[in-house]
Amino acid sequence: MNNLHNVSRRGFLKAGLGLTIAVMIPGCAKSPDSETAAVDTIIENGVLFEPNAFVRIGADNTVTVIAKHLEMGQGTYTGLATLIAEELDADWAQVKVEGAPGDAKRFNNLAWGPYQGTGGSSAIANSYEQMRNAGATARAMLVQAAATAWNVPASEITVKAGVLSHASGKQANFGEFAEAASALTVPATVTLKDPKDFTLIGKVAHRKDSKAKTNGSAIFTQDIQLDNMLVAVVAHPPTFGATVKSFNDKDAKAVKGVVNVVKLPSGVAVLASNYWTAKKGRDALKIEWDESKAFKKSSDEIVAEYKALVTKPGKVARKDGDALGALAKSKNFISNEYVFPFLAHAAMEPMNCVVQFKDGACEVWNGNQLHSIDQFALSAVFGLKPEDVKINTVFAGGSFGRRGNPQSDYIVEAANIVKAANTQDPIKLVWSREDDMHAGQYRPMYVHKISATLNAAGFPEAWHHTIVGQSIAKGTAFEGQMVKDGVDATSVEGASNLPYQIANLQVDLHTTNDTVGVPIQWWRSVGSTHTGYATEVFIDQLATIAKQDPIAYRLAMLKDKPIHAGALRLAADKANAMPVKNGVKQGRGVAVHESFSTTVAQIVDITIDAENNLTVDRVVCAVDCGIAVNPDVIKAQMEGSIGYALAAALTGEITLKDGVVEQGNFDRYPVLRIAEMPAIDVYIVPSAEKPTGVGEPGVPPFAPALANAIFAATGKHIIRLPIGDQLSA
Amino acid sequence: MTDLNINGKTLSTDYDDDTPLLWVIRDSLRMTGTKFGCGAGLCGACTVHLDGQPIRSCSTPLSAAAGKKISTIEAVHESKAGEAIQKAWQDLDVVQCGYCQSGQIMSATALLTSNPAPTDEEIDNAMNGNICRCATYVRIRAAIHQAAKALA
Repeated sequence: MNNLHNVSRRGFLKAGLGLTIAVMIPGCAKSPDSETAAVDTIIENGVLFEPNAFVRIGADNTVTVIAKHLEMGQGTYTGLATLIAEELDADWAQVKVEGAPGDAKRFNNLAWGPYQGTGGSSAIANSYEQMRNAGATARAMLVQAAATAWNVPASEITVKAGVLSHASGKQANFGEFAEAASALTVPATVTLKDPKDFTLIGKVAHRKDSKAKTNGSAIFTQDIQLDNMLVAVVAHPPTFGATVKSFNDKDAKAVKGVVNVVKLPSGVAVLASNYWTAKKGRDALKIEWDESKAFKKSSDEIVAEYKALVTKPGKVARKDGDALGALAKSKNFISNEYVFPFLAHAAMEPMNCVVQFKDGACEVWNGNQLHSIDQFALSAVFGLKPEDVKINTVFAGGSFGRRGNPQSDYIVEAANIVKAANTQDPIKLVWSREDDMHAGQYRPMYVHKISATLNAAGFPEAWHHTIVGQSIAKGTAFEGQMVKDGVDATSVEGASNLPYQIANLQVDLHTTNDTVGVPIQWWRSVGSTHTGYATEVFIDQLATIAKQDPIAYRLAMLKDKPIHAGALRLAADKANAMPVKNGVKQGRGVAVHESFSTTVAQIVDITIDAENNLTVDRVVCAVDCGIAVNPDVIKAQMEGSIGYALAAALTGEITLKDGVVEQGNFDRYPVLRIAEMPAIDVYIVPSAEKPTGVGEPGVPPFAPALANAIFAATGKHIIRLPIGDQLSA
Repeated sequence: MTDLNINGKTLSTDYDDDTPLLWVIRDSLRMTGTKFGCGAGLCGACTVHLDGQPIRSCSTPLSAAAGKKISTIEAVHESKAGEAIQKAWQDLDVVQCGYCQSGQIMSATALLTSNPAPTDEEIDNAMNGNICRCATYVRIRAAIHQAAKALA
């Protein structure tokens, strides 16, 4: 076993000490195997009491929460810990969090069945009852241990902020009863709190990762250092689908410190003891590429192909009434096309992965979103069973979907290097920013067309929405679940569930995977990144034609959608009149959109100066995500989503020239900087419903609200993203 | 061997003179708080102080840092401004993924050291070289103001 230089060395509790208890958590697919759980139990803080897979309590009174979801910035470590600490009645200060390893038997996402992973804004939604049960179970056992020791009825013991008390004056902290509790039988059922008694949920619980992330001690994949570890830097082909024809590594091997050069299915890797040496070696490689099967189209050609397709109906995703018939009969219909570019995730931490294959066992250090998928992919490389691939989960320096790759692309590349180098030493694959940006896995390019006819009152009588683009799920392990009758749900989500009452409505899809060979992937809020834009910009255009207020117009069509209407009304109530400024054009735009069962309404105020410089002054955001577990995390996610969406709207665009990606770093793929960040006011709609996710749903309404504000200020429709220099044109 | 004065200590590295300071700090000295984001001085994740000035260590060769005082996130709390910034960051829960925040904190600390009460515009100017992909900018502004108040 390696010494981790910067991860605390963990000792392992031997199986058979009888301190670990198997427990069936209601809602959990399978109970953990007691022996497996015992072997994996980590004695940190003198752990004695581990009533289930999600909580450990040490004699030192530390409560450790094992987070089954990846912390990539969205605050899930804090959220999961809040749920457990609430029912445990722990003191927030005594709670620590660590990432769960890859083990779907214990850490599966209940929204995904037997698979472990983080995505679709599902972390808190699927864990809400599971984690509360885990906390309540631990609490009940601590109370029982105290009751036995104090010889009083358990019902007379109260627990508050980590202290067990009895009216007789007896008091103890959790640590004092950890050992005794560990000997008890796990209760079959526990009672959860009435929400009115919550002390942490819905209140202030500071982020659990703030300290480590402000003093340099937080460990990301990039920071893993192991004995004898080598760093690998890879030369990738210039176009998608190209392969290595031949290469000369003489100059690369001449670089002092380069220890190996290996050929991979995805390129040529140079190995050295540190990044800079490996990079120098990589830059010295001479490679001839075989581009005979490479994708060589340019972005403009793809747009032209998509525009030709979008005029014809595709495979039907939703059909109410007869929209095509109604439109054919109409002499007076409105129609618009929208063009969306490829987008890179551009997380701050470029993709990377540490893999070791030693004595027939595979161990990985990574901040990955899809543990089960990655275990499967790695098992195929090394000829193992998926469950025998050990994944150590560390912080992800952003992801936005990227670290949940259905092909495990960068993880498999790291494994292929280990295999090709035939080494037992750990290897850290490090991509440069350019490697990351050139690697594909983009939000797909799409072209949309929406046509509508209005009735005498100005409301749509028929609506026909056609979408053209690549399917993300097709050809992946997700196809069976996500693609039905040729329609990838993630391509049409946000359009096929259009909330507005329209009698004749058709949404259809052309899938272009056979003609476009660009690797693509989910990108924060997935289908709603484009469907939210097309639908909410088009609705606004219809409101203008109908000469109606855009909010009133929407509300009139949302009579059976109280959540949408509620979010919209809250945002409208909170958005005061725009302050009048002289010498500039001003505009206000609105949009509302539901994604991942969370509904967000935003109102965006902008100014455009005489030189056509756009400033987003203020965004009012109203979110309905059910019970607000961590209101401040929810606000942070709305703020961050708005910034992420603003970057994409202003400048986000990956373009291809003869198949070559034209952007490589933040100079040609600018992302948002602080000076462009608007003031943001977030309001949470009060709710008693179960919580839904917040990592993604703040993204979709922003760009359409911005475009609607631009229209209000200038009369210009933005039908192609990004906005770029269109305001000057 | 090159000696570096880093966080008040002298540490030696056998890396070549043309190696960017970032990789010396991370790979040779194994201090991983300073991050690699772009390798081109475009994102600020690698910001450290050189004789008190914020610089991009990914674009600064080792030879340019030798003989100067280098300060990194691991020691930022040792200055009053750094301590106040760190505390404000924690009070306001600025971080999300956290990967850029070492660089943000180093830039913010340098700002407060030279300008104890910056305006929004001065904050935007000083911090515009530090990208946060999670867009924690609203809170970065607020935390710098809060730290400035605490120091006043």
